[in-house]
Amino acid sequence: MRTYTIALAGNPNTGKSTLFNTLTGLRQHTGNWAGKTVLMAEGEFTYGKSAFRMIDLPGTYSLYSNSADEEVARDYIIFEQPDVTIVVLDATSLERNLNLALQVLEMTSRVVVCVNLIDEAKKRGVRIDLQMISKRLGVPCVAISARNKIGIDALMEQVEKVASGEISPEPVQIPYSKEIEEKVKELQPIIAQTLGTRFPTRWIALRLLDGDEGLLKSLRERMQEPTVPVKRERIGHEQTICH
Amino acid sequence: MSTSSIPLSDAATGSQICLDRIEVQGVLRRRLLDLGFVPGNIVEVVQKSPLGDPIAFRVNHTMIALRKEESSLIFGEYVGGDSL
Ligand SMILES: Nc1nc2c(ncn2[C@@H]2O[C@H](COP(=O)(O)OP(=O)(O)OP(=O)(O)O)[C@@H](O)[C@H]2O)c(=O)[nH]1
Ligand SMILES: [Mg+2]
Repeated sequence: MRTYTIALAGNPNTGKSTLFNTLTGLRQHTGNWAGKTVLMAEGEFTYGKSAFRMIDLPGTYSLYSNSADEEVARDYIIFEQPDVTIVVLDATSLERNLNLALQVLEMTSRVVVCVNLIDEAKKRGVRIDLQMISKRLGVPCVAISARNKIGIDALMEQVEKVASGEISPEPVQIPYSKEIEEKVKELQPIIAQTLGTRFPTRWIALRLLDGDEGLLKSLRERMQEPTVPVKRERIGHEQTICH
Repeated sequence: MSTSSIPLSDAATGSQICLDRIEVQGVLRRRLLDLGFVPGNIVEVVQKSPLGDPIAFRVNHTMIALRKEESSLIFGEYVGGDSL
């Protein structure tokens, strides 16, 4: 049986650990991320015909502000490349939560969006159009209540489909200004040449244009080289790219 | 750029401002964008401290206090509210 790796990403307090506990039960262990004081929780479970290893990432509002939590979450998605990343959203504050969802969709296409706390949303009279969210984002979208164990089967069904390749989501690509898009086009071949194609070149190009020193540092560490050549190709746009 | 654009630090309590530019730079800029201080979004001026600094704003249904250092670098236009 193949073991798929799944990461749980999302804003703080969206129910990631509740979902993690529901799925992994007692088969989990915690520790620290290498070199960081950030808690890491990992667990295993089987579901249907597949085995899964699940990582509960720290809750963050963004992946770009370079806090230790954000670096852990960003580096895990980019460097460990889980088979599926589940983005857990709080159904009662989608507007704020979707920022992180879009950031993750720029990094990987293997995403399932999970709208949690659907019980709470219903109670408040909030109706959520899952089909529309799924259509607009280009990835499967499932509503659950992690605490009440509702919707878990439907969620895992989509997760397994993405993990096995039965579904290959095509996430929406966020267009930037003409100037930024031109620079991205210039950078992409250089990045592919330097790093190969194991990393999403568009995303790396955007981070370089953003002047993201934290990411460059992580890249250098991973490549175990004193300097990454791509640094020299950096274009000095200090302006932050915004969604 | 519109001429009626004002810094958030000058906006009246109770007013609503549609943002048009954010001139804060660096990591703090990123943080503000993540919190919802993005062009096109509407921010409500909730409350000023006795000395006028910091000021509490409501953005994306969340209350956020900013110092004048930052709020004077975020610009927008009045779109409503009960101050006018
Ligand atoms: N009503 C309701 N509450 C939930 C649901 N899932 C989780 N919660 C509650 O939401 C709170 C936060 O849940 P956690 O699982 O700790 O959230 P988290 O995403 O792991 O939070 P961080 O680790 O801080 O990022 C807890 O009080 C949960 O009981 C749900 O489906 N419905
Ligand atoms: Mg947690």
